[in-house]
Amino acid sequence: MLEARGLYKSFGEVAAVRNVSFGARDGQITGLLGPNGAGKSTTLRMLYTVLRPDQGDALIDGRSVVEDPLAARHAIGVLSHGAGVYNHLTARENITYFGELHGLGRAEREARAAELVELLEMQPFADRQAKGFSQGQKLKTALARALVHRPRNILLDEPTNGLDVMAVRGLRKLLVQLRDAGHCVLFSSHVMQEVEQLCDEVVVIAGGQVVAAGTLADIRAHGGDRLEDAFVALMDTNGNSKPGGST
Amino acid sequence: MNLRGIWAVFRKEFRENLRDRRTLLSALVFGPIMGPVLVAVLTQFLVRHTEEQGEENIVAAVMHAERAPNLLAYLSARGVDIEKVDLDEAGARQAVATQKHKFILDIPEDFGARLREGQPAPVILYSDASRGFERQGVGRVRTLVSQYGLNIAQLRYLARGIDPVSVIPIAVQEIDVSTPSGRSVLLLNMMTYLVILSMLFGGLYLAIDATAGERERGSLEVLLTTPVPREHLIYGKILAAGSYMLVSLLLTVIMFSVAMSFVGLESLGATANLGPRAVSMLIACCAPLILFGASYLSIVSGFAKSYREAQTYLGLVITIPTLPLMFAGMLGLQAKLPLMFVPFLSQHLLMTTVVRAEPIDPVFMSVSVASTLTYGLVLMWLAGRLYKREGLLG
Repeated sequence: MLEARGLYKSFGEVAAVRNVSFGARDGQITGLLGPNGAGKSTTLRMLYTVLRPDQGDALIDGRSVVEDPLAARHAIGVLSHGAGVYNHLTARENITYFGELHGLGRAEREARAAELVELLEMQPFADRQAKGFSQGQKLKTALARALVHRPRNILLDEPTNGLDVMAVRGLRKLLVQLRDAGHCVLFSSHVMQEVEQLCDEVVVIAGGQVVAAGTLADIRAHGGDRLEDAFVALMDTNGNSKPGGST
Repeated sequence: MNLRGIWAVFRKEFRENLRDRRTLLSALVFGPIMGPVLVAVLTQFLVRHTEEQGEENIVAAVMHAERAPNLLAYLSARGVDIEKVDLDEAGARQAVATQKHKFILDIPEDFGARLREGQPAPVILYSDASRGFERQGVGRVRTLVSQYGLNIAQLRYLARGIDPVSVIPIAVQEIDVSTPSGRSVLLLNMMTYLVILSMLFGGLYLAIDATAGERERGSLEVLLTTPVPREHLIYGKILAAGSYMLVSLLLTVIMFSVAMSFVGLESLGATANLGPRAVSMLIACCAPLILFGASYLSIVSGFAKSYREAQTYLGLVITIPTLPLMFAGMLGLQAKLPLMFVPFLSQHLLMTTVVRAEPIDPVFMSVSVASTLTYGLVLMWLAGRLYKREGLLG
């Protein structure tokens, strides 16, 4: 369960996020949709405690990211933009390292890594160093790393960037599995189709502000049958042309 | 405070870099092998040169040798081989200029006559001042000729009833108090410099990889979402860089000891003290610098946006702390208490003392260790502050 409450964040003169509030419930996939530079990444980064909001707060299962970021971090698994892995560690070592950082004992993190290797079908490359990994293999490693401590909430920043069709399908399957297991999944994207296929709830962000939120049907109500049309309509009505901060 | 995160990061960085050829080469090969080998080869060269000069008889080319038989007998009795040559003045100049002879002694025609009359008897010495080492033979011959002249003078005083001692108002007595090891100062400066540099290089790549490298790869952001306090992350990285520095330091000092044992330092008049005791003392002197060095490198590369940028910074920055060492070399600084508060310099001075086989003042040692460790801790704390900044993500 994630809850953003009036988040503000500026970088120098640029106001990247202005008064963003929304919720993401357990057992649902929530999409953070918006054009490049809308403030999606900045919002996510505040939720996963890497950036501190200038104003406002976010609650992870009721724990404030401002007051107690360490406690909030226990409850989140993060796939950051780019998802770098450690090249000289094997996929399995990448996973167990994060298990250790999350406080799992040796036996526990090794068992969990084995479980994730199975779940994500990583057996062929699990014990190879990550140096020569494909994008898909890197993504799986990064995903397993994010899930190693069984976080209730999973946050993914543009997870499908640079992936081929097969990898995207695999990811989709996994997110659905996680949702069905009762996790709260929040991911950002600027790809309409992706959001349309996966999300139960959508939060549309533009110019650092939430311009619409609700179920897919709610969003479509803003105009047109397709999400894309609704999205374009939303952008127009909100006069969105100025880019915010980093993506 | 829960320190498990520091330990986890330390182990991971240690292990990951063990698999990185670049880090390994710089920590275990370049510094520890190249430095000692370089110094050993240079020393060997010096030693051989000195030996050759000590053993070789000086050969003096002499024109018109028949004009001064006693002088030449005096010279040859003192280890100068006389080679009679038949040249005119131009020929002599030519022969020295072309290195056919290192120098030529010319006895003019009136040498004997003037000597008999009590007039200054001329001797001409042709030499080439631009030929560095080769001139040592000239100096020796010049001294011997002067001594011969002094002997004659003393005989003359005696003949006139004057005590020759009374015309030597001042007698300089030189006493060389340098311990045998102390003589090769230049060599020692170079050695301690290389030990310190090699130690820093040992942790250099790990420091870059763990900070700028991690950020460039994009793994830093996720690392920051783990429930480990940010400063603990960098502490673990600093300790990992420090452990590589320690390994590099151990290897370098041991390699120096091994390499120098192959070089006959005794003939240089220097018995560099590099036995097992000295090796452990050297390591003890230098080791407190590790925390300082590792924190320093981590802070600098923490500001860099990419691996390459960090490399560029560090190439420059790594030489800054070694500047005091160069001053020490130039000014001939001796170990003094205030200098023990200066990191790098105090280690250099203490290590030089050890190699010279001189006793180490325990107060100096304690001040050096305590002050350097304190600076190291302060830098480490600063690195922790740096990691708490948001700008870290770039």
